[in-house]
Amino acid sequence: MSVLVFTENWEGKFKKLSFELVSYATKVAEMLGTTATALSIGNVADEELSKLGNYGAKKIVNLNSEVLNILDSQAYTAAIAEIAKKEGATVIVIANNNMGKSIAPRLSVKLKAAVGSGVSKLPVSTEPFVVYKKAFSGNAFANVALKTEVKILTLMQNSFDLAETANEATIEAGSVNVDGSMVKTVVTDVQKQTGKLLLTDAEIVVAGGRGMKSADNWAPLEELANILGGATACSRPVSDEGWRPHEEHTGQTGKIVAPNLYIAIGISGATQHLAGVSASKFIVAINSDKDAPIFEAAQYGIVGDAAKVLPKLVEAVKEAKAK
Amino acid sequence: MKVLVCISNVPDTTTKVKFAENNTKLDPAGVQWVINPWDELALTRALELKDNSSTGVKSVTVAHVGPATAEPTIRKALAIGADDAIRVNLEATDAYQVAAQIAEVVKTEQYDIILCGIESSDFNGSTVGSMIAEFIECSSVSAVSGINFDNGQSVITREIDGGKETLSVPTPFVAIVQKGIAKEPRIAAMRGIMQARTKQIKVVEPIAVDALTEVVSFEPPQPRAKCVFVDAENPNQLVDLLQNEAKVI
Repeated sequence: MSVLVFTENWEGKFKKLSFELVSYATKVAEMLGTTATALSIGNVADEELSKLGNYGAKKIVNLNSEVLNILDSQAYTAAIAEIAKKEGATVIVIANNNMGKSIAPRLSVKLKAAVGSGVSKLPVSTEPFVVYKKAFSGNAFANVALKTEVKILTLMQNSFDLAETANEATIEAGSVNVDGSMVKTVVTDVQKQTGKLLLTDAEIVVAGGRGMKSADNWAPLEELANILGGATACSRPVSDEGWRPHEEHTGQTGKIVAPNLYIAIGISGATQHLAGVSASKFIVAINSDKDAPIFEAAQYGIVGDAAKVLPKLVEAVKEAKAK
Repeated sequence: MKVLVCISNVPDTTTKVKFAENNTKLDPAGVQWVINPWDELALTRALELKDNSSTGVKSVTVAHVGPATAEPTIRKALAIGADDAIRVNLEATDAYQVAAQIAEVVKTEQYDIILCGIESSDFNGSTVGSMIAEFIECSSVSAVSGINFDNGQSVITREIDGGKETLSVPTPFVAIVQKGIAKEPRIAAMRGIMQARTKQIKVVEPIAVDALTEVVSFEPPQPRAKCVFVDAENPNQLVDLLQNEAKVI
């Protein structure tokens, strides 16, 4: 028995999400009286792999196969299923991101393993195995029993605290029976956003809504994000108007984010917007309408016009940072 | 080519959800039911592909797993422009059951392209589409924001962490679509609503598949603390709270 955690890499490097996954898997393994094994797919150096051990993985399986250089969900599923069987995994932990979402459900069918998708907390119990997850787009939560012998959990990004431990991990080369004929995906073009903090990775997000009034008023918002080391985002009307790129749209139909701090400026807080940001640890709202629903979701609020409040807030943050 | 669009019947996001039967089931009283928003976008894109004869898309069918009470939602999809519909007569309790039923429909009717929304706004699982693909052992592409055809080859754009990829997979395939796939959901016109009355909803009986999960209970979200208001003239106070109380900056 073991807990297997699949950790994606980005050009040979792991990021905070990878360590969150391993920390989470290690805690789940403790609940079950077993240990966590991390699976890395792709070309990652031993030194980088060993970092997974710092978060509790006892063993690291390094599957470096050229066949898996392209994300083909079918081939990835076959590979992870094979490793899971070899390792005797009873719980498989995967990120609830684009890659995880493309693999976990297929793995569920292949292994006939129940999926608890988008979990943000440790299982409520292991006997029966019950997980707590978001339902109705954040309007409720559900306790869901996973009734199969093998279970799959997909973890929300930035929802689980890192837990470093003194630990020695062994690194083992993995191999699977997946050949090139299985890969049917042909990638013809890759466009990477470089040098920019990803919205889903950001711990601080500064978002603007219709209350920003026009596409020309974003400089102070960008400055605020910049000095806080955060990313910029926007509400749906803003991206629909073309004031900001679609990639920045947070909300039900845009990106679902869960940063430590979400600053909503000139966003009224429609249910659809909150569905994408309500998992944020702290929400600050700045809005000219004191009755805007965003204040019900926020811990801190300022009633005021964005154009007036923002420059003062930028100055206040600068001052505090300079201290 | 035949396209199948899977649709889920969900409460409108603005519905105040309440639960019944010891908090194990949604209380349907007062719920406004709609086509799951992402499925509506998938349907819109499917119809756009059919409108363009060079894509080779000849028909668009919608499939739904659910009881007869979901038929108004299915009719809405027909009014928007789907050619016909299949309803698997089962009150499914989890995604695995739904996917198994749809996979059976695909095997029987031989669709080339299966479109699903990235998630349903009720259980937020993001699982049905990829599950269908594994059941029928075909390719699946997730987080799809664009889909087209060039000389019979699929041209698909998918979102990856921090970028986009353009790729192709052979048919049959399942595309799990999200924002960007279509601009605005297509709305039913009067003509479509009239036509929908005579379009066929084929009802098929389910195959026997057990659910892998079970909802033990639903809970309301934990109430957040009341908002602390800071004077607009004095944002230093906000910065102080964020630094020393919330400790997030």
